[in-house]
Parts: sequence; structure tokens; C-alpha cells
Amino acid sequence: MLREIRPAIIVLVVLTAITGLVYPLAMTAIAGAIFPKQAQGSLIERNGTVVGSALIGQEFKDDKYFHGRPSATVAPDPNDASKTVPAPYNAANSGGSNLGPTSKALHDRVKEDVEKLRAENPSAAVPIDLVTTSASGLDPDISPDAALFQVPRVAKARSLSEDAVRQLVTQNTQGRFAGILGEPRVNVLALNLALDGASSK
Amino acid sequence: MTVIGWIQILLYCAIVVALVKPLGWYMTRVFNGEHTFLSPVLRPVERGIYWVGGVDERREQHWLTYAVAMLLFHVGGFFIIYGLMRLQAVLPFNPAGQSAVAEDLSFNTAISFLTNTNWQNYGGESTLSYLVQMLGLTHQNFLSAATGIALAMALIRGFSRSSVRTIGNFWVDVTRCTLYVLLPICIVYTVFLVWQGIPQTLGAYVDATTLEGGKQTIALGPVASQVAIKMLGTNGGGFFNANAAHPFENPTALSNFVQMISIFALGAALTNVFGRMVGNERQGWAILAVMGVLFLAGVTVTYWAEANGTNALQALGLTGGNMEGKEVRFGIVASSLFAVITTAASCGAVNAMHDSFTALGGMIPLINMQLGEIIVGGVGAGLYGMLLFVVLSIFVAGLMVGRTPEYVGKKIEAREVKMAMLAILVLPLMYLGWTAVAVVLPSAVASMANAGPHGFTEVLYAYTSATGNNGSAFAGLTGNTFFYNLTLAVSMFVGRFFMIVPAMAMAGSLAGKKSIPPSAGTLPTTGGLFVGLVVGVILIIGGLTFFPALALGPIVEHLAMTANTLF
Repeated sequence: MLREIRPAIIVLVVLTAITGLVYPLAMTAIAGAIFPKQAQGSLIERNGTVVGSALIGQEFKDDKYFHGRPSATVAPDPNDASKTVPAPYNAANSGGSNLGPTSKALHDRVKEDVEKLRAENPSAAVPIDLVTTSASGLDPDISPDAALFQVPRVAKARSLSEDAVRQLVTQNTQGRFAGILGEPRVNVLALNLALDGASSK
Repeated sequence: MTVIGWIQILLYCAIVVALVKPLGWYMTRVFNGEHTFLSPVLRPVERGIYWVGGVDERREQHWLTYAVAMLLFHVGGFFIIYGLMRLQAVLPFNPAGQSAVAEDLSFNTAISFLTNTNWQNYGGESTLSYLVQMLGLTHQNFLSAATGIALAMALIRGFSRSSVRTIGNFWVDVTRCTLYVLLPICIVYTVFLVWQGIPQTLGAYVDATTLEGGKQTIALGPVASQVAIKMLGTNGGGFFNANAAHPFENPTALSNFVQMISIFALGAALTNVFGRMVGNERQGWAILAVMGVLFLAGVTVTYWAEANGTNALQALGLTGGNMEGKEVRFGIVASSLFAVITTAASCGAVNAMHDSFTALGGMIPLINMQLGEIIVGGVGAGLYGMLLFVVLSIFVAGLMVGRTPEYVGKKIEAREVKMAMLAILVLPLMYLGWTAVAVVLPSAVASMANAGPHGFTEVLYAYTSATGNNGSAFAGLTGNTFFYNLTLAVSMFVGRFFMIVPAMAMAGSLAGKKSIPPSAGTLPTTGGLFVGLVVGVILIIGGLTFFPALALGPIVEHLAMTANTLF
């Protein structure tokens, strides 16, 4: 048994160095060389400042922007570090609401949001992704239905025609991968950037 | 449920099955020490490791020595992770300035990664430095996976050898698995993941100015290299708190699909390795068939339940299934499928929040883990777990016809059955026992995020996941308290090692037996009758053990939901 101690230390150290340092550092170098943009987090710059990541959702409240899904992420309470306060789309602390199917808190939150959205656009059914929080709290996407639902509000706030805005939504809709995998979706940040571009023309 | 949804599920199954033979062929060659296409590059590295480590690759070990070597290896691994977490504030690669991790959380995390559980009581991006993520966690992702596969190889050798005292060399198995199987796949896989959008950088977190003028700090890191092994090695510990739901860990539908395949790939292929080593590949396919039956049943229930949604949401006029805690790019089907896969295997990565699943949709992941994660299972762990149930099933069949039971040429006798029972009984003792303790302690009850039966399910899920070395969670439960850090660590430890040691003892005793040719009275173990028998035994043993606990949690909650009761 004693002769197993030497390999227990040395094999462990060598394999740790290979898998814990050589491998991730080599992959960092390779990834940075082949796919530099993705390796750095798919950041988007506008006029020289970073406005976000193409993959990470951000909070939109203004009427002139399309809104993403509600986000349940939190941040430490500045007044009491042992507590947390809501901080939607906190990309340094991902997480979901974790409210279950019989949760009263979930029901009340969804009900309030549904009523608000019905008042905003009574002509269409409320899409479920617009009133449910995502798993990460950073979902960059909404369903095409959820985007179309918001077209009248955005068009009015920007004094654009609904058709023009709807066309932007269609242009920014991604289908399933190879027509099979995943779900159709609209990247909210990309859509809003396109919207800003269209308005400034 | 939709047609396109079922096409995704069936496509997934087809690809996993298609990979079984080639991967099984390759792994058999690796563990038999035969030449592979990577040998010219890797063989010198392998020899170098044996040379500095003082390992004689031709000297094989008795099962006890094999088990001791495995345990010593884990002791060392524990000190590496624990030390790194406690000292991370003064070590390099810490651009976010994370401070030292508390003692109980470090202890829990060290046990968690050692045992291939990867339970997360910490939020990765808010707690850990890049150095801990790489040197502490990425390395243990490799080694705990390699250990699991090594142990499965040892048990397979127990069945395939005749009248010998040894079952292989632990150091050789672990080294070969890491160098020839895990690393090469992960290198290619990481490049794919970065292409899909997963970051791989040592740079600091980025502050973005959002379109509305707010500030958003975006956490980054060497993510892709860790995600690759966390999936392939069925570890499941996320780089970020939200795990594979985080857009940086799983950016696209394609990355999600490949991640799901990589969870099952090695575990499914090991059934083929088993078949090849005992001299009849159909023995492996029969085991895979047992797993497949249970898997498809689980997928159907969860997909159906999630697509139906909850009564509370329907009452508000919302359609389209239960989207709370799910990502738009995955939708209902890919989230449901992922949840069943990750708990069938002992992966524990999540791409949706299981806590927000419907009662029945969330019950299937719970059942998968309570059955012992034998539906493909953790790499290695799933196969040896399943072989324990096979031994029991053969024993039951032997009782029915009054003959000494045998399996792939080995007589199954009192010692094997005792070891199988020991391993199978220890698991419910942990998760039912600790759940019972937790729900009467006011401080432990205070950790529940949901009221009513759902809160009970959160606790039951936590101990089940820890004991099964899964690592997924009903994440509302605040697990980072002294009580949970400690008791969950105990569950993970017992769940891993009290299963491994009996399995090794069984490997040793089987290897010492003579191989006997099948006779007219031998139960054929490659047909539908055998598959049905094993499925039945698994469901009966499982059902008797945990049905009462399920009745108090998800089943009551489902009834409450249909009666429109809210808590």
C-alpha cells in the first residue's frame, strides 16, 4: 500500500498541471487566435464604447425600445451585505426566480405584468415569454410573437410606421438551427440597435 | 407537444446510439493498452508520467490496492481545491478581486468536485477567481471523470477475467483515460464551443454602457475549456451561477444539442466496452436497452408536463407551456430534454431552472437521481451502478427458478448480492435520512424559497442530488449555510464512496471466479425478457424506496395545482 503514495502525489500533480493549467491556457491562446471576437465575449461597440454583448440580454424600459423578458437577477444590498436587492440583467450574478408552479408570488407577479401588457396592446394575446423570467436572467432573446406584440408601442414612440418596425422585426428573426433545433427568436439588443440605426437615417 | 419537438428528441437519441460503437471500440483499445492513432503523440507523455510517478504499468493491482490508490488520489485532490479556494485572494489570475472563500463553503465545494457531484453552493462569477476555476475545478472535472471510468473498467475486468487476483492498475487507467479519451475530445470541443460564442479569456470583467445609458458589468473568463469537460465528464458544475442556462455557457440551440450529446456519449459507449470485454457486444446493447426504455419514459412525462404548463398560468390566459425559468432559444422541448438527460446521467448541468418546472415535470429528474443515476449515468458510475442492479435482477430470476444465478459466465453468489444491496441501500439512507432531519430543523426550513409541498421537494431534491453525485438543484433553496454545506458534503461523500468500495469488492471477487460456459439452464441476458426483468426490478426497488417521499412532495403539489391552490 505504501508504494501507492508516491504516484498518488506525483501523478496527481502532473495530471493537475496538464488539465488545470496547460489545457485551459493553451485553449485560451488558440481560441484567441482563431475566434478572437467570441473568445472576448462577443462584445458590441458603438462609437467606440462597449454597449453590451451580443449574447447577453440587457434591461430596456423606454417605450422606444423593444423590451426583453423580465429578469430575476439580484445584487447585494448596498445597505446590508447579507441581503440582496433586485437588479435586472445583472451580468455578474446570473440566476432565475426559482418560483414553483404553485407559488403565489409567481402568480401575482405574472398577473400584474399581464394586466400591464393587455392595457398596452389589447388587440393581441400576451406571449408567455414576456411575463416569465428566464433561467439565467440574461436571456438575450424574445419570441417573434413577443416582438410583434410590442410593435405598436415602439412605432408610436418613434413616430415610425408599424410596417417599417415590423419589417425590422422580421429581418432580425432567427429561425431554428437547420430548421430543426431550438426555437425561433429575436435578439432584443440587435433589434434595438437596428431600430436606432433606422431612426437616425 | 409538437412534431418538431419529437423530431429533436428522436434525432438526439439516434446520434447518441450511432456514437456507441465507434467510441466503445476506441475506448476498449485505449484501456487494453493497444495502439491508437494518437499513440505517436501521447505515448511518450504517458510513459513520462509513469516514470516520474514510479508506476510500473505492467504491475496490476488487487481490488483493495486499486481502491486504496483511488482514495489516496482523492485525498490529494481535496487539499488542492480546498487550499486554492482559501488562498485565492493572494494568488494570480484573479482580475475580479474575489476574496477568500469561507471554510464551510470551501469544504463543501472541494467534496463536491471530488465526488463528481459539482453541487454549487457558490455563484461562480461572484465567488471564484479564474485560477480556482482552472486549476481547482477544471482539473478535478477531468480527474473525477477519469476515476469513474477507471472504476467501471475495473468492474468490467471482474466480469471478463477468469481466476485472477488483479483487476488492473488504477494509475494506468486514470492516466490513459485522461490523455487518450478526455483531453483530445475536449480540445476539439472547446474550439467548437468558442466558435458558438462561449468566451475563453483571462481578461477582466467588462463594463458596458447599455443603450439606455445604464452600466452592465459582464462576467467573463476561461469558460469554454471548463464547459467542455463539465459536459463530457458528466460533472455539471457551471462556470456561472446559472450554469448551462447562461448565454455564455450555452449560447445557441446547436451548442445546446452538442452539449446534450456529450453528456451521454461516454456513458453510453461504456456499455459497448462492457460487451466487447465480456466477448459479446449484445450484452452491452441489452444494458443500453434497459437505459433507453427508462429514458424515453422520463422524457415523455417531463415534455408533456412542461408543454401543458401550470394551471395558474393558464388561468391568466397564457399559452405555450411553462416558460418560467426557461430560455427562449431552447424553448420547452430542449429544456425538458436537457433536464431528463442531466439527471439520468449524473451530470447536473442545467439549461433551465428545475425549481420552476411543473410538479410532474420536476418529479422525473428527481426519480432519475433516486434510481441511482443508472440511465446511462455518470461516466463510469452509471455503468457500475447499472451492473449492481443487473446482479440483483439475476439473483431475483435465480430465486424464481431455483438455480444458482449466473451472468456473462460468472456465478452470482452471496457475496456479490450482499455488496450490491449494500451499495443500493446506502443511497436512500442518505437522502431520506437527511431530508427528514432538515424538515424538522427550523433553521434548515428557513432556507426554502417556496412554501407548501414545493419547499419540501426543494430539500428532498438537494439531498437526492448530493447523494447521487448529480449536482443539479431546485436552486431556490439557500444551500450556503453551515448546516447544508456540511450535511450535503456528507451525502456526496457517502453517496460516492459507499457505492464505489462495494463495487470494487465485487469486482475483486468476480475476477477470482472461474468463467463457466452457458448451459441450457442459463438465463439469456441479451433478449427482451432480460431487459424487461431489469427494468422491473429497478422500478420496484426504486418505487418501494422513495414513493412515500414523492407522495409528500411533487404528487401532492400536482394535486394542489389542479385544484388551483397557491402557497
